[in-house]
Amino acid sequence: MTQPFRIENGGLINRDKKLSFKFNGKTYFGYEGDTLASALLANGVHLVGRSFKYHRPRGFFGAGVDEPYAVVQLYRNGETEPNIKATEQELFEGLEAKSVNCWPSVNFDIGAINNFLKIFLPAGFYYKTFMWPKSFWYRIYEPFIRKAAGLGVASTKHDKERYEHKYEYCDLLIAGSGPSGLAGAYAAAKNGAKVILAEDKPRFGGSLLTSDVNIGNQSGKDWSEGIIAELKTMPNVVVKNRSQIFGYYDHNMLVMSEKVSDHLPSTKKYHPNKRLWYIRAKEVLISSGSIERPIVFGNNDTPGVMLSSAAKEYLKVYGVLVGRKPLVFTNNDSGYETAIEFKKHGVDPVVLDSRKNPESEIIDEAKNLGINIKNSYVVVAAQGYKKVKSADIASISEDKKHLGKIENIQCDCICVSGFWTPTIHLASQSGNKTKFKEEIDAFVPGQSKQNEITLGAANGVFSLDETLKTSFTAGSELSKKITENDNNIAIPNVVEKKSSQHDKFWCVPLPKGKNYKRFLDFQNDVAVSDVEIALREGYRSIEHVKRYTTLGMATDQGKTSNLNGLQLVSEIENKVVPAVGHTTFRPPYTPVSIGAIVGREVGKHSKPTRKSPMHSWHDKNNAVFVDAGVWLRPRYYKRGNENLFEASKREAKNVRINVGVCDVTTLGKIDIKGPDAAELLNRVYTNAWLKLPVGKARYGVMLREDGIVMDDGTTTRISENHYHMTTTTAQAANVLSHLEYYLQLVWPELNVNVVSTTEQWAGAAIAGPKSRDLLQKLFPNSDVSNEGLPFMGYIEGDLFGVKARIFRISFSGELAYEVNVESDYGNFMWERIIEVGEEFKIQPYGTEALSTLRIEMGHVAGSELDGRTIPFDNALEGLVSKKKDFIGKRSLQRSAFLAEDRQRIVGVVPLDKQTSIPEGSHLVKDDKAPLPNPKLGHISASCWSVEYDNPFSLAILKDGKNMIGQKLFAMSPLKNKVIPVEIVSSHYVDPKGERVRS
Amino acid sequence: MLYINCPHCGMRSQNEFSYGGDASVKRPELNKEVSDQEWDNFVYNRKSLRGKHLELWQHISGCRQWIKVERDTATHEIFRTYKADEEVA
Repeated sequence: MTQPFRIENGGLINRDKKLSFKFNGKTYFGYEGDTLASALLANGVHLVGRSFKYHRPRGFFGAGVDEPYAVVQLYRNGETEPNIKATEQELFEGLEAKSVNCWPSVNFDIGAINNFLKIFLPAGFYYKTFMWPKSFWYRIYEPFIRKAAGLGVASTKHDKERYEHKYEYCDLLIAGSGPSGLAGAYAAAKNGAKVILAEDKPRFGGSLLTSDVNIGNQSGKDWSEGIIAELKTMPNVVVKNRSQIFGYYDHNMLVMSEKVSDHLPSTKKYHPNKRLWYIRAKEVLISSGSIERPIVFGNNDTPGVMLSSAAKEYLKVYGVLVGRKPLVFTNNDSGYETAIEFKKHGVDPVVLDSRKNPESEIIDEAKNLGINIKNSYVVVAAQGYKKVKSADIASISEDKKHLGKIENIQCDCICVSGFWTPTIHLASQSGNKTKFKEEIDAFVPGQSKQNEITLGAANGVFSLDETLKTSFTAGSELSKKITENDNNIAIPNVVEKKSSQHDKFWCVPLPKGKNYKRFLDFQNDVAVSDVEIALREGYRSIEHVKRYTTLGMATDQGKTSNLNGLQLVSEIENKVVPAVGHTTFRPPYTPVSIGAIVGREVGKHSKPTRKSPMHSWHDKNNAVFVDAGVWLRPRYYKRGNENLFEASKREAKNVRINVGVCDVTTLGKIDIKGPDAAELLNRVYTNAWLKLPVGKARYGVMLREDGIVMDDGTTTRISENHYHMTTTTAQAANVLSHLEYYLQLVWPELNVNVVSTTEQWAGAAIAGPKSRDLLQKLFPNSDVSNEGLPFMGYIEGDLFGVKARIFRISFSGELAYEVNVESDYGNFMWERIIEVGEEFKIQPYGTEALSTLRIEMGHVAGSELDGRTIPFDNALEGLVSKKKDFIGKRSLQRSAFLAEDRQRIVGVVPLDKQTSIPEGSHLVKDDKAPLPNPKLGHISASCWSVEYDNPFSLAILKDGKNMIGQKLFAMSPLKNKVIPVEIVSSHYVDPKGERVRS
Repeated sequence: MLYINCPHCGMRSQNEFSYGGDASVKRPELNKEVSDQEWDNFVYNRKSLRGKHLELWQHISGCRQWIKVERDTATHEIFRTYKADEEVA
């Protein structure tokens, strides 16, 4: 199949490798090295999409990141991705893409009716129209707008691709591999600096790939290839193509997205799709170049109207003619370069120059080639619907206000050049205060805020000679500071054609009686008239104009539209452009895949998974696991067809009648040592700690300074100056930081060291009436009688040759012990307990049974210590010392904390003794009261009491102390339940606590 | 992302640290009579300063030391860092 618009020779594509691809279902051919855009243009395809609002036909406008039109839906290796710029997507064998924002097809799009309704769709249309009636918003307006809006569809499938993150440090980071970036990189690399050079395109060289210049005795392109080849051999240099530096953050941290696999039919094994680089650079050289800006004229969005630099790039890089009858419309010399390239390939362009009598070497060359040049001429409007067919042109007066007689000339493309806009996004993101440069009608970086310097076209310097000189010097100076090497590099001579001053002209006036749409923002369909409306309606700040009209808000972020928008506002407001100012440049510079930002932290990898040393035993014994913070804990051990409810009931019941064992390794453990350890505990906990004897444990509650309970747990005095603190699983890290805060900053005079030993100890809780008999068999040489090891006692023992710590503490409310051994022996300990426990009918129990046991005993846990309760609320006021001071004590004197009817923990039983009460239910007095029904309290935890065989819940209830015996309703609108309940004591089982002491 | 000079470990990225609030707040001494106003100021009342601010950070993924960082809250410039027990100049 032929590619009718591909020239015979030339371009940087690989003509030996032909690739087939599909666009909107039709098969085409291109070459390796093409982009999807260049391959489509080679096949004469100009219609690629429909515009966002009016559904007008859209073609190609640029050749790179600035492209506003050619956004397609890409299909690759069974996956689909929206919002892909055809100008950036490299061609690969089998590529498939489709147009977006059109239905049923790009050629016949029903939404195009908006184009004929456009007088009804001006700026602010949505804001004004969809205000009323309010009830229409959810059901009618929003679904309608959602369907109409958007460019492409996100996949709903799990993304199979892998994305990586990488952290890197360097001396000099260079954004852009044009002449400035290459010169800076080379000079710095020669001084031994660690350099990273990033280029967003597949090919290095930037403007040197398309400009007609000589450096030294080589063409610009050959020179750039030589420099890159040498840089690649240097160990201190990283050279990356397909890598966009999209964000400049604090303290010289820049983020770069590297497209590792997008140019291949499928991602190679062990390769990521994209790699996100977090780069901390000592110095940054921004050599991001410039983007050509359009001149605004009637129907300037017609397919076939494109930037003149893009037309040149398609020709020189890809060997593609964007038309055979080109019209070049320019206000500066760049348009002539494009015209000369056309002429050299046997195509006769017509040049319209808005300037009256410009003179320069480039223009002379064009004249010598016999190119038809019309001075003081402009394009008034493009004609043609799906493709440019002709242009209405006219002469223009010197003040640029009046048009001469309109003529129509045949053409198949209009290449437009309105001069150049420096790409200052990165500099601005770094905090650089930009300034307006009159000579180029654009903003350039001003005073640097971080260690960054902007050079070349990005700094508004369009002379290659000056760019190379400043960039070689900067690269050398910046690196010299860091490496203290100074290898003087000779700066090569440059041969380039001098250009003349551009014309400060950006918008063609409307001819009398014509009302052409003149577009500023091509992707969001913002025309000159829309901005005029916004200003008429009183929008003044450029940030407001942007949001009201959506100028510059599309995925191209106004790369081709922002400056013309500013020009228009400044003209209507009769202000100079710098007084209007520009909108904020925010990262990312170009769209970044969400997958790349997320990296490897997906699914199971979104947080670390911690497993206890006994995990594999649990796994082998049918444990069903549950996430407890970052830990995986057995929730229950499934037997046969049991469900969660049945299994946990069985496990809990076995603890009440026989003995159970529970993995409590996840509890936070902190080792506390030092002569002032007791004093620290005395200040941290609400109760007294100075007189705790060695070999004893004590339960403690710690507060935050605001009086709210932070955590609870037991701490054991191992020896004179050595304590072992336990915390809840969830608060382990916070409690450690809390202790460190007081020791390092508030009371540095205390001689204490704290260190986390959570991972050093494996723990097993042995609970139930037969636990002592089991313990005696496990530790035959230890005295574990009620006298030898009383409640809250501690001894050390020998577990079949392994040193163990034995604590007589209980969370279940039964006679219970906790045995700790070094983590490596955790599994050994567990297996011995199970083996020896067999004769006592031991069963392992999970967190669900653990909860049941603690709830019916009225022991508080995380669901009551929820960051909103004080000791009184949890019936823990008996643990609050009146004598000594401690963290948070002063706050307990706040009047709300002393209120007579303060909330307090209670037990809740359903009247029917059948219906389980959903956690989170509200307790109310009257279930028929009008909403909002006054809430008296909430259910914090629910279980099925194995002791009484009926549901039981804990609740935090207002005036709970005086509510025992009252009848209330538990309401759960979420579960649609209203349950009549009775309030009882929170200590439902063994209220006197006799079992733990038995 | 900030780049913080831990006085114990050197330059480290912000994601190794955890923020700890205003470093100029002094906890009232234990066992001292404290007025409601004084206690409120200690527990709740903080100035949200624009400009130079002395703040606490803990190097939680490093040496676990609490440090003081003098930082501009508007520009994020870090002027100096101090050890917990170091006098602030």
